Amino acid sequence: MKILYGMQKPDEGTITVDGAEAAFTSPADAIARGIGMVHQHFMLADNFTVLENVVLGGESLYGIGAKARKKIKEISDAYGLGVRPDALVEDLGVADRQRVEILKVLYRGARILILDEPTAVLVPQEVEALFDNLRELKAEGLTVIFISHKLGEVLSVADDITVIRRGTTVGTADPAHTTTKQLAELMVGSELPSPETRESTVTDIPMLTVDGLRLTATDPDGAVREVLDGITFTIHQGEVLGIAGVEGNGQTELIEALMGLRDPDGGVITLDTADISHAPTRKRREDGIGYIPEDRHRHGLLLEAPLWENRILGHVTEKPNSRGGLLDLKAARADTTRIVREYDVRTPGIEVTAASLSGGNQQKLIVGREMSHSPKLLIAAHPTRGVDVGAQAQIWDQIREARRDGLAVLLVSADLDELIGLSDTLRVMYRGRLVADADPATITPEELGSAMTGAATGHLEAEPEPTAEAPLAAAAPPEDDAR
Amino acid sequence: MKKFDKDRLILGFAGPVLALVVAVVLTTVVLLVSGSDPFEPYRIMFESASYVDVQVLIVNQAGTYYLAALAVAVGFRMNLFNIGVDGQYRLAAMMAALVGASVDLPGPLQIALIVIVAMLVGAFWSGIAGILKTTRGVSEVVSTIMLNSIATSLVAWLILPKNFGVQPAGSNNLTTGEIPESGWFPGLSMGAEAGEIYGFTFVAAACGLIYWFVLGRTRFGFDLRATGASETAAQASGVDAKKMILTSMLISGAVAGLAGMPTLLGDTHTYSLDFPTGIGFTGITIALLGRNNPLGIAFSALLIAFLDKASASLDQYGYEKEIATIMQGLIVISVVVSYELVRRYGIRRQQQKVGAELAAGGALTTEARPQNDQTEKEGAAL
Repeated sequence: MKILYGMQKPDEGTITVDGAEAAFTSPADAIARGIGMVHQHFMLADNFTVLENVVLGGESLYGIGAKARKKIKEISDAYGLGVRPDALVEDLGVADRQRVEILKVLYRGARILILDEPTAVLVPQEVEALFDNLRELKAEGLTVIFISHKLGEVLSVADDITVIRRGTTVGTADPAHTTTKQLAELMVGSELPSPETRESTVTDIPMLTVDGLRLTATDPDGAVREVLDGITFTIHQGEVLGIAGVEGNGQTELIEALMGLRDPDGGVITLDTADISHAPTRKRREDGIGYIPEDRHRHGLLLEAPLWENRILGHVTEKPNSRGGLLDLKAARADTTRIVREYDVRTPGIEVTAASLSGGNQQKLIVGREMSHSPKLLIAAHPTRGVDVGAQAQIWDQIREARRDGLAVLLVSADLDELIGLSDTLRVMYRGRLVADADPATITPEELGSAMTGAATGHLEAEPEPTAEAPLAAAAPPEDDAR
Repeated sequence: MKKFDKDRLILGFAGPVLALVVAVVLTTVVLLVSGSDPFEPYRIMFESASYVDVQVLIVNQAGTYYLAALAVAVGFRMNLFNIGVDGQYRLAAMMAALVGASVDLPGPLQIALIVIVAMLVGAFWSGIAGILKTTRGVSEVVSTIMLNSIATSLVAWLILPKNFGVQPAGSNNLTTGEIPESGWFPGLSMGAEAGEIYGFTFVAAACGLIYWFVLGRTRFGFDLRATGASETAAQASGVDAKKMILTSMLISGAVAGLAGMPTLLGDTHTYSLDFPTGIGFTGITIALLGRNNPLGIAFSALLIAFLDKASASLDQYGYEKEIATIMQGLIVISVVVSYELVRRYGIRRQQQKVGAELAAGGALTTEARPQNDQTEKEGAAL
């Protein structure tokens, strides 16, 4: 993928575009040959408008004024992208941003589009809309390379499938005659890992109790807005509580409030009988909160620091990283080697920078680091986002294993299969409130998806179950028995 | 493993070497354009530096620069740009001189008192910028520049004879009065002709050691470096960013306060109108060139001190000694550009390397996962 887009050079082999052999030394070459890439992490300037983002770096194509606007409108209409050129990118939702990314690529004249895990951040309804866009593009004669580990999606959208594993093509398949299962076997060499959690390990000992949590934020224009309101839940030992929701509905803020990165305006957070509502982050970490952040590059790693320093990050006051006020470099290095081995982080050594690892390996390092301090509560935000299938399965396994040992987990994810499969209890977050709850044993991704858009509230089942609003009556054990 | 370390070392040197080469080339161009001989000035400077007395001057100057650069580097390591080292240094030197001149304690105590006053004053002055940043979000760049100006005025006012200044008989200069001999830091004599190396130069070297130890070996140092590398990641890891900003600002100021000590305790024994200025700004250059590394800073301090002192002889041969100033300026620009180039190159190179090593099966993991073996079979099945 990076080679196709000119970010890296191949050692061997050839690339043929439109019958002519091509060699790319930079993304600019690739763009010149009509290859465009939509990255998994969006590359947009938030404080710019859509128009400005699209023309940025491509000013010589259609200028930056009326001509560019006209061209954007033209592309947007031609492929049904529905992009508003003057909207600020920061005001757009994830799906809209993705469409801007696609438009950006088309604007540069791409005839071949590479999409890297485009559905990872979308809810099912948005995925459908994206697929419609892609079909539109296809109908116009464009080529789309769709990279995904969600097999159902690949089967539904692709005309031809190539399976790559560990850098080699392991097979090709025709979507019309292939099942998800066959594809999965091809992909991992065994059955597809499923996030399914078999037996319930939920106890009735509360580990984290959140009661009436409220958080306000001040907008740039001075208006005070409630980002979190009346958040109440309990996570018991051995329980995974999943929070579903379209991104930007307060999940990030909830996690930041739990981690002590934001000071709540009201409510009580209790961790294992201790009130930590206003405790500093370091204290919470020492008290046993493990944290797998949503954005590992910004919050989980020091990208330019070696792996062993990243192993210290977040646990600098704990063994084996330090003794007294002094770092214990030897022990930290040794323990990094252990994590690399036990958590299967693929790296040539612990002295390389975190930036040089793939996303999956970075994540495995983070999971290994957090699990190494035997946390009481794990806050996992999108733990398998942008992670390859193999790593995904390992991370799920590790969460399950720790859960068996009495770990309480707060799981926030946009991957609904992951949420439903791993969670013991599900709650839906919408506009800063927990608006609905569901039993992961019976709910379908579609039902959950509609609750996430605010269409459904309350308990997402016909039976009148206790809704777990009261902190101590939470998590409805009977549901777990039913599984 | 070893290969990566060697790589890093080479890349570490590549930046400064590239910068210096570019700076020398550009200076030569400047000389050519101005119609001078492009090589003679270098020869004169090297020749001048071969005399012991010039060498002593260079070492003494380097000690002062070293402290100033350490002060800047502490800030740099956590992404704080303390431009105010110069103001902190001058105010601290003046207050320390005042206190030193008005108290007469036995030897070591007198020196300790002067040094502590200097550190406190420096820390106080930078702490103002720190508090402004943590409470009001004022950029430390802006506030420290302003504090430099305020320090200039404050020093000028305090040194007036009607306040604390003393005007020596038959001179236009103003001083803070002489520090009694118990407060003179003994130096290391290099012979009657050559003069002596300030004793405080060795304290400066010790500060370099402390800097290395604190940053590299303590929890506090780790937090500080983590904050500099990624403030968001550091916060998520439990660093109190505000406290960290204030603490490092205070440390930076305290070290800046020390920068005046070699001259004050070893040479002038008083703060006067002609006390050296601009040390803090030179410190920025040196910290940049030395990559905030204590050893790198030491070499850079010596280099800049060499340019300063050896260029003095250029005048006698009909060359402008400002050549050295031009060169210092060019070094700053080349350093910034070349470090960024080398940094980007290094990251890219390592990513490719890691990819290559992994592809070659060089991963640390020894156990192959069982499902691997089935690859070929399964692949053929479809």
